[in-house]
Amino acid sequence: MSVSVENLSVAYRSRRGDVTAVDNVSFSLADGEIMGLAGESGSGKSTLGNALVYLDARMKTTGGTVTVDGKELPIANNNAMRPRRMTEVSLVPQYAMSALTPTRKIGKLISDLLKSHHVKDRDAVYTELRRRLALIGLKEDVLSKYSFELSGGMRQRVTIIMSTLLNPSLLVADEVTSALDVSSQRAVGEMLIEFRDRGYIKSAITITHDLSILAQIADSIAIMYAGRLAERAPTSALVDSPLHPYTQALLASLPEVGVRHDQVTLTGIPGRPPSLVNPPSGCRFRERCPFAFAKCAQTPPFEEIKPGHLVACWKVSQEHADTAATAPGLPLKEQV
Amino acid sequence: MTTLKLDQVSKLYPSTSRGGGLTPALRKVSFELQPGEVISLIGESGSGKTTIGKVLLRLTKPTSGTATFDGKDITTYTTRGLKDYYRQVQGVFQDPFSSYNPIYRADRVYDLVRSSYFPKVSDLEWSAKVEAVLDAVALNPGDVLGKYPHQLSGGQQQRLLIARALLLDVKVLIADEIISMLDASTRVDVLNLLVKLKRQGLAILFITHDLSLGNYVSDRTIILRHGAIVEMGATGKIFGNPQHDYTKMLLTAVPELHKKWQHTPLAPVAVSANGAGIAEVLSSNAPASPLARAAIIDELAHAEQVVKRDLRAVFGSARAVASGKSQVAVALEPPALHEFEPDHLVAEPE
Amino acid sequence: MSESISQAPAPEAAATGLPGGSAGAVPAPRNRNEFIHYGLRNPKLVLGLTVEALLVLAAIIAPFFAKYAPLETTNMAAQHPGGAFWLGTDLNGYDMYAQLTNGLRESYLIGALGAAFATVVGLVVGFLAGWRGGWLDEILQLITNVLVMIPSLVLLIVIGSYLSSRSILFEGAFIGLTTWPWVARAVRAQTFSLRSREYVDLARLSGKRPVSIIVKEIAPNMASYLFLVVILLFGSSMLIAASYDFLGLGPSQTVSLGYMMNQAANNSALFYHMWWVVIPPGAVLTLMVVALLIANVGLDEVFNPKLRES
Repeated sequence: MSVSVENLSVAYRSRRGDVTAVDNVSFSLADGEIMGLAGESGSGKSTLGNALVYLDARMKTTGGTVTVDGKELPIANNNAMRPRRMTEVSLVPQYAMSALTPTRKIGKLISDLLKSHHVKDRDAVYTELRRRLALIGLKEDVLSKYSFELSGGMRQRVTIIMSTLLNPSLLVADEVTSALDVSSQRAVGEMLIEFRDRGYIKSAITITHDLSILAQIADSIAIMYAGRLAERAPTSALVDSPLHPYTQALLASLPEVGVRHDQVTLTGIPGRPPSLVNPPSGCRFRERCPFAFAKCAQTPPFEEIKPGHLVACWKVSQEHADTAATAPGLPLKEQV
Repeated sequence: MTTLKLDQVSKLYPSTSRGGGLTPALRKVSFELQPGEVISLIGESGSGKTTIGKVLLRLTKPTSGTATFDGKDITTYTTRGLKDYYRQVQGVFQDPFSSYNPIYRADRVYDLVRSSYFPKVSDLEWSAKVEAVLDAVALNPGDVLGKYPHQLSGGQQQRLLIARALLLDVKVLIADEIISMLDASTRVDVLNLLVKLKRQGLAILFITHDLSLGNYVSDRTIILRHGAIVEMGATGKIFGNPQHDYTKMLLTAVPELHKKWQHTPLAPVAVSANGAGIAEVLSSNAPASPLARAAIIDELAHAEQVVKRDLRAVFGSARAVASGKSQVAVALEPPALHEFEPDHLVAEPE
Repeated sequence: MSESISQAPAPEAAATGLPGGSAGAVPAPRNRNEFIHYGLRNPKLVLGLTVEALLVLAAIIAPFFAKYAPLETTNMAAQHPGGAFWLGTDLNGYDMYAQLTNGLRESYLIGALGAAFATVVGLVVGFLAGWRGGWLDEILQLITNVLVMIPSLVLLIVIGSYLSSRSILFEGAFIGLTTWPWVARAVRAQTFSLRSREYVDLARLSGKRPVSIIVKEIAPNMASYLFLVVILLFGSSMLIAASYDFLGLGPSQTVSLGYMMNQAANNSALFYHMWWVVIPPGAVLTLMVVALLIANVGLDEVFNPKLRES
């Protein structure tokens, strides 16, 4: 396994006490896998993704381990993480494209980056940089431009180039397509796939609220709700046959091109996600779930229902257990 | 018949590149919004869609052309006339949180309306009015009244703002990207609310970059590019049988849940930039990967990205800066629209 | 209205308050309680305010304990501190304690007057320039920038030497009229930034007039920034007044800290090793201004969460 996260919990200090933004999350990524981490705001997806690379001063891990390429990643130790950033794990933060220093040219930003990582063979890196720019259709003169001279899509692609220049094993991309026009979204999405295909990155976690983009670029999708994983499955399985009620409701609320209000009325999910300062016990989706029953007062386990398809839901677990119980070794008619 | 109408409206801004001149944000745009009709105004950034909203809300004045409501030119309104105009036409913007002054409670936006338009109404009557509009947007008064904006969710904030427009009993609502900052589960609720209001007779100009939203909610669609209309007509016809290459490009680039992006070689798109057609560019450079091709289209489509705001922020004055990248010279005269079929107009390639 | 979606990448900030979920660049608003909470925990602010408060208290109460008027001759010149004269007397026989406590009061008064005048003029100019923009802005900016360039002390000296009136009010007004550009600049910048906010557009859509919008929507949102500028202005007014008085151009019958320093210099008190004449006025003035500046830095941290170290 290229990346393995086990029982990771991340809390964030606030005036009202510790807020556990990520609660006991476990998943793993194979080499070459692009995983989409989806959820609404407040689900903890950004915190989870960011924690793998950079824990800021307000956050702390309260449990769990992260392993990349067989070695444990010391995410809680900033000093130990520094040499590993950009080389083993890398992050394109949310709003990165708006955060490029406007008073330095792109080329200078990149050379600063290489300098701070003590890269020895700069020429080789620069040759590689030019090759990659050409690959994604950016002219080399972009290096002599300022960030405000580039369009949104170009800036976003530049930040991704910068984050992957040193070939990290894991790239965490936080909302990289959200602020872009539809054509730029496609360019950026395809760029991520291409980079993975060419081995510039081994695996990637794409954090977004937009499931349709994930349907295009992700190999598997993990849905987060209120700090916990609700469902994780290969993309086609999740999109075609979602199991968790939250995922089902989410997919049912997405308007697609071609769908009009007089043909189909979409429905949203009533209510709001719970506050994480004092989260409710048991399943956190209980309050808004149309299928909630007594057992939901206990926290459902995140278990594998079908190969590669994990769900944290009592209803699903029970149905799975029932079908397993009634599936005999022999065909039915021979049982009699 | 209350009609909101734009007739040959253009808006020019001082150009930011060396050599001065003017950049057209809108180029002779004309269309009409009828009562009870929802029009989706679809465009990417730099298309001018927000400028149209601003012109219609009198937050900016067009350089040329007329905007009329009920036959009367709205650009001539003075304070009094403007106040009456706002009784009929209101707007809701993209960032619900920014629409509230953070130091006051959220329902102060209603007090603003009350002090301007209903100064003599009694407290009792006013509470009844407020409760009625909150009910119309499916908000519980106890949940939202008396709270500060940061205590409300985006969906609640946005619905409060729509309810504000209903307080004035408006005829037209300009909805500028009102969905894009909301979570997936609340988007649909607000969309369905718009549909419900439309059925009650409200005319809505739904400005968006998201084609699927536009398709869901609107009767007619206008596709805007570089300040000019490229395709316009009944929503079903535009989405079902797009004619303009730009519309086709948009539709192929939209990510869908159950359909992967087509990786077929892109047909020569006769969208021109710098005088050369993309087709020529593609054939001359012949980049191998569909990735690079898509990227070139993206770059050319944004070659004229107007970055005034960024430049202003850094250098403080729009005039003082040379952007350094070539600006696509867009002619003030937009391409002519011809009728492809009834209620489906398509522009000539530029 | 933002031109494109580039201003707003991610959907709403839920009230769960997670760091990654904030809506664009808009921070959660700070209400009064939060200011007080962080304010009380900020050492610079607490220290600065305490010292300043003590000094203000001294300015109000201490003069009552003086046994003599500041300019009353006591026939006991050059006395060391202690005994009958707590802070000694100077070469003219004036009671230093009386002078110091009075000087404290006068300096505060001038500081407040100067700051008040500067604030009023600066607000008007700043709001006008920031709200209207265009040619009015250009003209006002021109005036502002020219005035900023001229050292206020030089201007004061030139004007002061021509005019006969010498009163506290006059001095305060003039200081204010030469330092308002700083306020105007701050106000203009903030107004420019705030006037394109969507809640201002919404107020316009509610039929509100510009004056109402400036007063109710814009001004309160720059209150904290303004506060900081005014505090700085207060400090600089005191310093300018002290310099002015030190040059002997201030009102001759009023004892201010600058006047005391002027007298100390003129009478060569240092030469006579009369430290109690030379040091106290300068030390107290320094304390007054430095405490204010430290408090200001602390206040900036309270208002601006990004500056907080935690």
